[in-house]
Amino acid sequence: MTMPFWDTDTGIVILTLLKTLALVVPLLIGVAYLTYFERKVMGAIQLRKGPNVVGPFGLWQPFADAIKMLMKETILPTGSDKVLFILAPMITFGLAIIAWAVMPVNNGWAIANINVGVLYLFAVSSLGVYGIIIAGWASNSKYAFLGALRSAAQMVSYEVSMGFVMVTVLILAGSQNLNDIVLAQKHLWFAIPLFPVFIIFFISGLAETNRAPFDLAEGESEIVAGFFVEYSSMSFGLFFLGEYANMILISGMTTTLFLGGWLSPIPFAPFTMIPGPLWFIFKVLICLFVFVWVRATLPRLRYDQLMALGWKVFLPISLVYLVLVAGVMEYSGLLAHA
Amino acid sequence: MIANLAFYLFSFILLASAVMVVTSRNPVHAVLFLILGFVNAAVLFLLTGAEFLAFILAIVYVGAVAVIFLFVVMMLDVDFVALNEGFQRYAPVGALVALIMFIELAFIAGNWAIAPAGGADRMFPTPDNVTSSVALGNLLYTSYLPVFQLSGIVLLVAMIGAIVLTHRDRKRSLHQNLSAQHARDPKQTLALVNAPLGQGAALPAKQTHEETL
Repeated sequence: MTMPFWDTDTGIVILTLLKTLALVVPLLIGVAYLTYFERKVMGAIQLRKGPNVVGPFGLWQPFADAIKMLMKETILPTGSDKVLFILAPMITFGLAIIAWAVMPVNNGWAIANINVGVLYLFAVSSLGVYGIIIAGWASNSKYAFLGALRSAAQMVSYEVSMGFVMVTVLILAGSQNLNDIVLAQKHLWFAIPLFPVFIIFFISGLAETNRAPFDLAEGESEIVAGFFVEYSSMSFGLFFLGEYANMILISGMTTTLFLGGWLSPIPFAPFTMIPGPLWFIFKVLICLFVFVWVRATLPRLRYDQLMALGWKVFLPISLVYLVLVAGVMEYSGLLAHA
Repeated sequence: MIANLAFYLFSFILLASAVMVVTSRNPVHAVLFLILGFVNAAVLFLLTGAEFLAFILAIVYVGAVAVIFLFVVMMLDVDFVALNEGFQRYAPVGALVALIMFIELAFIAGNWAIAPAGGADRMFPTPDNVTSSVALGNLLYTSYLPVFQLSGIVLLVAMIGAIVLTHRDRKRSLHQNLSAQHARDPKQTLALVNAPLGQGAALPAKQTHEETL
């Protein structure tokens, strides 16, 4: 009896590579077009047109930007730590991509459907801070270093409440597997019973990705551009794309944990016929729109306000809500005992 | 086959980065190699099937502890010349310590014995087909509950201790009371004055610091 090719070691490796390709290519195109999406939406909010010159409706703009970025000269500042300086943007972008390995875009459609998917996502997003710290230190510039310090403190602070929110979701779902978490939302999206912590999660997501109004790491008015002042050319491009990839990642996490993932919001005939990945993409797009909307609407927080919000507002609320949810689940007998 | 290859690859990186932690001259590089070591240790946990431990190691050590490490080390102003100054004087003492440690390690390694039942346990890291986090939880919250709670209390005490040691109220620090600020109404802070020509408006009475909050 011979094993089918896909069950041999070589087969598994090839299959995984193909799956990765099938996920990463649309993701990268998505990242490119997110920059276009953001500029168009911001343009509409600010009564401008946004990019409209390159191609029909300005649709080739992301490629024009990419080519421009690649043609620029790469500058390595004197006194910088060359290896780390080049490594930092790669870390940022790479981490934003590898997190997608566990994201289910349809029932069972994840590259790795692992038991501890939530922990994996949390671990990868907590590593994201290294790209920024290393960039800030390796640049050997005071602005970059200040930006890196701000960003590190900010990301570590907001991760704490984000972690508690994820634990609350775990208690409701009774599983750490992302696929099971989505299936547990078949009847009720977790955004409804967990509404307060859903909001906290999304705002912490803004802080994790260093997006407005939490973009103090690159506060133009005080520290020029923060941790990537010294970057040029494609190493700058990787930071830029990494930020957008992280936005898509946080939107994907929000969709999976709170908005029912690939499940149709209206559980009957014409809507359930739309394939799951389309619902997933649609929900991610709504989250991304809110990201852009927030950026175009709110002014930047002051640094002490940012810290106060994270530690004195979000942390107590998420902690109390976690205990509350755990108590309700235990005494109503809904808790999934393994 | 792939699992074996992965094991040797990641253990090699782990050991190499451990060597680099000790030998690299730049302390920031040392910390970064330490982080690489942590990540590879997590991967080794993963290969043995202890997925929960692996990711907790990554989250706690790499995501939090090492960030603070890196923070502190980056702020240090290390003078590399001064660092190497006493090398010849301290080398014999260091060599002696290293020798003692080496003998102790060799002694432990020589007398190492694996429990007969251990081999069977190693093949099935988690019993009864439950995931490793469930298996761990079943142990921690039943047999080891007092120890688990106690370690939590120790951490709490350490945290309170750190806060007590570092928290001091510098009388002049400019912190704000947000709720007091929000509760203010415009009458307390704003006065519209019609200033007569050539005289200007009179200054309001001086407010204390508490009132301006």
